[in-house]
Amino acid sequence: MSATFYLLAAVAVIATVLVITHTNAVHALLYLIVSLLAVALIFFTLGAPFVAALELIIYAGAIMVLFIFVMMLLNLGQAATQQERRWLDPRLWVGPAILTIVLLAELAVTLSNTNRLAGGSVVGPKQVGILMFGPYLLGVELASILLLAGLVGAYHLARRDTRRERGEKPA
Amino acid sequence: MSSVPMAHGLLLAGVLFGLGLVGVVARRNIVFMLLSIEVMLNAAGLAFVVAGSRWGQADGQAMFLLILAMAAAEVSVGLALLIQLHRRFKTVDVDAASNLQG
Repeated sequence: MSATFYLLAAVAVIATVLVITHTNAVHALLYLIVSLLAVALIFFTLGAPFVAALELIIYAGAIMVLFIFVMMLLNLGQAATQQERRWLDPRLWVGPAILTIVLLAELAVTLSNTNRLAGGSVVGPKQVGILMFGPYLLGVELASILLLAGLVGAYHLARRDTRRERGEKPA
Repeated sequence: MSSVPMAHGLLLAGVLFGLGLVGVVARRNIVFMLLSIEVMLNAAGLAFVVAGSRWGQADGQAMFLLILAMAAAEVSVGLALLIQLHRRFKTVDVDAASNLQG
């Protein structure tokens, strides 16, 4: 199954190069999602299905939606309809679509011969869960504190400074 | 791990990390810098999962989960900074916020 890995690696590297070289943020975001999909498939072929699912749900799902949400927030002032028309331009989605079709074909091939792929070393969610809530319990608690700090920090930083907007001196 | 040697998986992680680093250093648009940081964190997690899969242990995946939580916290603060930068300087160029440069 090594050919699968190298093809996935090529897709991931190409998509990442396009992420850092693109000038349009939405294009770059689409390519980053493709790169994350490729890495998730690599996790799957490495025998880590739980992490592959989390990569899709949290990275490609939640975090990228957060990015898109903020970009939409910042673009509010511009003419919205013209922007919508630009987004329907095929040049925007043809590149990511081709790379995603490659990934889809690989997923089909991978799923059709799963038993051959894993090499008998699949580490499933059960083992990960036992580890997370056993030896790594302190790490999990610290991660929850970190997420709370991130929540408070994001709220504080994104808050509107009303004093400054009224023209008074900030305290 | 199947027939892929661990060195190749780690090499892929290194290449992705390097690309993210180039993105952070070369771009001055804060959106692209945050995206590049995501790429770098993802590459670090990939290295953990590759190593964990090499030894058939779940530790690599546990570390990836912690990296995931860290990336979520980082991106929320980073995007809040992006909103604040856009609000104060009407731009997404990080060089606009150079007051501390002296």
